[in-house]
Amino acid sequence: MKALLVRDIKLAFRAGGGFGLGLAFFLIVTVLVPFSVGPQQALLGSIAPGVLWLGALLACLLSLDRLLALDFEDGTLDLLVTSPLPLEGAVSVKALAHWITTGLPLVLAAPVLGVLLNLPPAGFGWLVASLALGTPALSVIGTFGAALTVGIKRGGLLLSLLVLPLYVPTLIFGAEAARRGALGLDPATPLLMLAGITFATVGLMPFASAAVLRMGLR
Amino acid sequence: MSIWQYANPVKFLSLSAKVQPVLWVAAGFCVVVGLIWGFFGTPDDFRQGSTVKIIYLHVPAALMAINAWFMMLITSLIWLVRRHHVSVLAAKAAAPVGMVMTVIALVTGAIWGQPMWGTWWAWDPRLTSFLILFLFYLGYIALWEAIEDPDTAADLTSVLCLVGSVFAVLSRYAVQFWNQGLHQGTSVPVATGGRTVSDVFFYPLVMCMVGFGLLFLALVLYRTGTEIRLRRTAALRARAGGNV
Amino acid sequence: MTPDLGKYAVEVLSAYAASVVLLVALIAVTLRRGRIARAALKEVEREVKSDG
Repeated sequence: MKALLVRDIKLAFRAGGGFGLGLAFFLIVTVLVPFSVGPQQALLGSIAPGVLWLGALLACLLSLDRLLALDFEDGTLDLLVTSPLPLEGAVSVKALAHWITTGLPLVLAAPVLGVLLNLPPAGFGWLVASLALGTPALSVIGTFGAALTVGIKRGGLLLSLLVLPLYVPTLIFGAEAARRGALGLDPATPLLMLAGITFATVGLMPFASAAVLRMGLR
Repeated sequence: MSIWQYANPVKFLSLSAKVQPVLWVAAGFCVVVGLIWGFFGTPDDFRQGSTVKIIYLHVPAALMAINAWFMMLITSLIWLVRRHHVSVLAAKAAAPVGMVMTVIALVTGAIWGQPMWGTWWAWDPRLTSFLILFLFYLGYIALWEAIEDPDTAADLTSVLCLVGSVFAVLSRYAVQFWNQGLHQGTSVPVATGGRTVSDVFFYPLVMCMVGFGLLFLALVLYRTGTEIRLRRTAALRARAGGNV
Repeated sequence: MTPDLGKYAVEVLSAYAASVVLLVALIAVTLRRGRIARAALKEVEREVKSDG
């Protein structure tokens, strides 16, 4: 399992592996926001938590289709399904690798982009906390979507259509926590709900993903 | 005698052929009479004027939009557990019907909302959850269309239906939380329907709800038959090989 | 016959019109697909039979 994790991370860092693509996307979306809504500092500051959450979510989505597709093409996935390693574990490891290469950089980059959007000072800590808590859920749910669409040619668009509605609760609680934090309100409730969603999805979704993979590759 | 004998496509088709004429007539009767009764036979509401007549479309459609998903959830579960093809085909057949019901509920709601709340759309928890439900229908139907192997498609869409149901419920609560967090006290008194209306409006409304329910049943039975025939056609073609 | 819909006539009528259009479209598409499926199945069954 450790070998699988290391392999996935290495693949992502290699040229064309997609590492950094999500980050670049996140940056560009953030830069485009003031162009679309205008440069008023007050307005930017008030929408910053939501925009950053949405940007991180979309950046996460961007790298999902290569999460399993590459392994499907070169046959690794068939090996994983037939290997003695429990598939649920393998799927969890793949989600973890996706989070380390996509989610974690997004969490670390978010404060920098928060400066660009005039995020209130009180909000930085909560933004990072909510993203750190929420992005694992995004990776795990995304893995389920990737497992559903793995055998489909040009499944990228379908993947977005399937995964985005599943992201709704995570986005709501995550962005709400960041927003309350930025306004100086108490973000404990949405943060706890977000943590609940993350732990539940991390615990349960790999079973659904593995079941779907077995069905799809039978 | 058990209900499972209707999992046999031939038995299902013969039963469905017997029941359908009755269903269609009953559905047509209830919908037409209910709507005419509601449209011509009920007074205007003192607060909402004649817009109250929209309730006869809005509430039944919303009711069936949710029930359709619920039915899909049950039939998907039956497919996953007992592998009856008719069951999963019924889920496939119900999805577009449920989606149209969702659209009707959203459209009539928007038209109703314009004069009453002064806006076509508000990010009220109820409205938002319906929009999310619509997205789930879209995803479910798109997944069916995308996968070529019918049994794999049935498996994957069933799992999506199960997972989607969990997330739909989660979203419902998340959305409620989110909006209350934003605008304390913005409530929508009329959107609750049902229990709050007086008898004059209630009986035609019940008639319409029954009518929409029967119409849904008739449509699903018919569409399931269509799916069975399509599946059988494909199977015969495949067996005959290249010469057909 | 037509009730007085007052100032909301446009809203009420358009809501009914939109719903009826959607329902009729749904039923029409359903029936069309059903008829095509029936015809295709009959066609194939005939061919299979004639092939022996």
